[in-house]
Amino acid sequence: MSLDLTLHTAPAVPLEAEVLSPARLGGLSAVEAAKLKVVHGNQSAELGEFFKVVGAANGELHLTGDLSRLKQIGAAMSAGRIVVHGPAGMHLGAGMTGGEIVVEGDAGDWVGPEMAGGRIVIKGNAGHMIGAACRGSAVGIRGGEILVFGNAGNEIGAGMRRGLIAIGGDCGDFAGVNMLAGSVIVLGRLGWRAGAGMKRGTIVSMHPAELLPTFGYACTYRPVFIRLYLPYLCRLGLPVTDAQIAGPYQRWCGDAVELNRGEVLFLDTGEPAARN
Amino acid sequence: MGSSLRIVNGRVFDPANGVNGAVRDVCIQDGRIVADVPADAKKIDARGQVVMPGGVDIHCHIAGPKVNLARKVQPEDHRLDVHPRTRFTRSGTGGTVPSTFATGYRYATLGYTSAMEAAVTPLGARHTLEELHDTPVIDKGFFVLMGNNVLLYRLLQEGRREEFRQALAWWISVTKAYAPKLVNPGADEMWKGHRNANITALDQKIDSFDLTPRRVIAAFIEAANDLGLPHPVHIHCNNLGHSGNFETTLETMRVAEGRRAHITHIQFHSYGSVAGKSRDNPTSRARDISEFVNTHPNISADVGAVMFGRSTSMTADAPLAYMLRQFSHGKWVNADTEHESGCGIIPFTYQDRNYTNALQWAIGLELFLLSQDPWRMVFSTDHPNGGSFMSYPRLIRLLMDREFRKEQMAKVNQRALEHSGLRDCQQREYSLYEIAIITRAGPARLLGLAQKGHLGPGADADVTIYDEDDDKERMFSTPRYVIKDGELIIEDHEFRADHEGRIIHVAPDYDPDIERVIEPFFEEFYTIRFANYPVADRYIRHGQVVPTAGQSAPAGR
Repeated sequence: MSLDLTLHTAPAVPLEAEVLSPARLGGLSAVEAAKLKVVHGNQSAELGEFFKVVGAANGELHLTGDLSRLKQIGAAMSAGRIVVHGPAGMHLGAGMTGGEIVVEGDAGDWVGPEMAGGRIVIKGNAGHMIGAACRGSAVGIRGGEILVFGNAGNEIGAGMRRGLIAIGGDCGDFAGVNMLAGSVIVLGRLGWRAGAGMKRGTIVSMHPAELLPTFGYACTYRPVFIRLYLPYLCRLGLPVTDAQIAGPYQRWCGDAVELNRGEVLFLDTGEPAARN
Repeated sequence: MGSSLRIVNGRVFDPANGVNGAVRDVCIQDGRIVADVPADAKKIDARGQVVMPGGVDIHCHIAGPKVNLARKVQPEDHRLDVHPRTRFTRSGTGGTVPSTFATGYRYATLGYTSAMEAAVTPLGARHTLEELHDTPVIDKGFFVLMGNNVLLYRLLQEGRREEFRQALAWWISVTKAYAPKLVNPGADEMWKGHRNANITALDQKIDSFDLTPRRVIAAFIEAANDLGLPHPVHIHCNNLGHSGNFETTLETMRVAEGRRAHITHIQFHSYGSVAGKSRDNPTSRARDISEFVNTHPNISADVGAVMFGRSTSMTADAPLAYMLRQFSHGKWVNADTEHESGCGIIPFTYQDRNYTNALQWAIGLELFLLSQDPWRMVFSTDHPNGGSFMSYPRLIRLLMDREFRKEQMAKVNQRALEHSGLRDCQQREYSLYEIAIITRAGPARLLGLAQKGHLGPGADADVTIYDEDDDKERMFSTPRYVIKDGELIIEDHEFRADHEGRIIHVAPDYDPDIERVIEPFFEEFYTIRFANYPVADRYIRHGQVVPTAGQSAPAGR
């Protein structure tokens, strides 16, 4: 039996709820779980003031309601599963190292910042800074996967070092800014200045986009890894087509300010070529 | 206030009045310690507890522009250490550089009731006072950076000693500072003028001036003593952190020639040198330094001990910040403030397996253990440089508990211990009486704060009561009661009230004609108008002026 938490009182200001993780709730009864401390604005509160708690923790949590003001759900989790039936707030799965979070609705900004392992699946849209480095640190997501079925905001994968960020729809500006390595796959369109300052790593989009002048066209080819990655995303439910798997892709190298070791790939659709 | 309080049955440690653990009453009336209070006064039963004056931190960095830069450069500090609001206290963030509110409350939770911000540029004085105003509970003041001031250098170079003295008095007075601070005197000119240049010896010529650090230091010591300042001059010597710098430190102390001078974070200035793989490695010369301080009663020092873990190097010594940056390779800040000072900030982690870090840790302990006069070798970690003030209880345990110290020594880089003398002085254990001296009575006396650091009649009613505990770290990190100005701030380990502490400053007399010398320089070189420079009285809502030797009646507001 899983532990089910249903929001009965919406928080007036953001609620810091890093206790909502399988490890923190492990082995607790519903009554004990309701007594756990959360921070409401700048005041201390108990989980039970906001949630009806039913069941017992067995590694799986179900959260129901409008959780768009709940921050840090599943932060630092290392195993287990969280399903959010509704929208989720900022810093979802921050620094997580394992396990899975599924959000049936939209997610706020900062999905999976600095995560190191596990998987986050957002069925709706997500905000800015997905898998990014927190302010003040240089390295973002270090491993694991983040899948967004809808659209995403700006600066996804900022400073990412390893792992996979896949967006089913479009994304905003500065995708993969300062990324060190890893893969960002956007099935829709990229915004402006994708890959600015990227050292290594790969950004893939199915549509041409305007790149910075520090990116240069290299070749058009059919990369092998695309034939591994895209079917994998297809199995996870993202709308990947056979044409996308087959290619070919234009390869652009950059960022030249970081010695041109990164790449941005565009599906060669016959649309006007990518330009900068 | 207005209330009276009697603390009974506690073991009282009040070294300034020679009380060493005697069980006696401490009486408080209207925010002051008094000889007796009426029988119906509120009582605190301190049976099994230790009563001490509130702690006094002689050197820390807790407010002002550079502290704010250190906060800005480390957002992770705020994120990872949230200080929640309580019924009585406001919220904040912690880490090595806590926010203003958290700084005040966290000092209070250790039983500290006074602290001195140690390095503020005159231009930063206004900002500093605003932040100090927002630092609750504790009384506080700041030292103003004078040691690299271009106009003072000009006056000194031209031999205008009287005007130099008047200008120093003017600067301290109009910035509402507590004492003049010298940081690596002479180095700012070198740093501005050449790539990676620094002062390496006291007799080196200072760029653009016909001056040497020796002349500068001597002039400041002389002028500050002549002005009769309660804390004459606070000196951060040249060559901080460099192997072999102990000779510079000894030379600097000799320059005082019998006059009062305080050498700060002396641990960072007590290094010998031994040939290493790529450069000279530091060794400990704590013994030489300690011997000099022990035998020269005009000299005082605070240790500036290093504690392992996260810290933030925060200094007006810009070349030093550059040197540390070469080790850390991380983010850093470097800045100059017009004609007044430099600045550097680097998040830093001291590691017990690292040779240099372990050596620094050992030298700090050595200086404490070799000190024969605890009144003149007092407690500090140069917060947050050597470690956060939150590590004070651990440092106290290292001094009081030799078994614990041995355990810790076994964990650190052993090669470093071989190059220190820590193993030769490991028998000594500090007593509670000595701890009360180095954390309270000593710093208060060195600062010239007659109403602090003791529990005699007339003293400010700043009192801390600890549960006696064999684990001294636990004992000193969780006082049961903290009383500030007679008000019960912490009771049974929990906040019961908020409190606004005082700003403590001095106002040495100066000849108003000195402004005729200073103003033209200002109008020519400064970015702000002369009239806007002095700090207005309204920046001190709750203040206290400590008189200089020549001024008699204390002026309080």
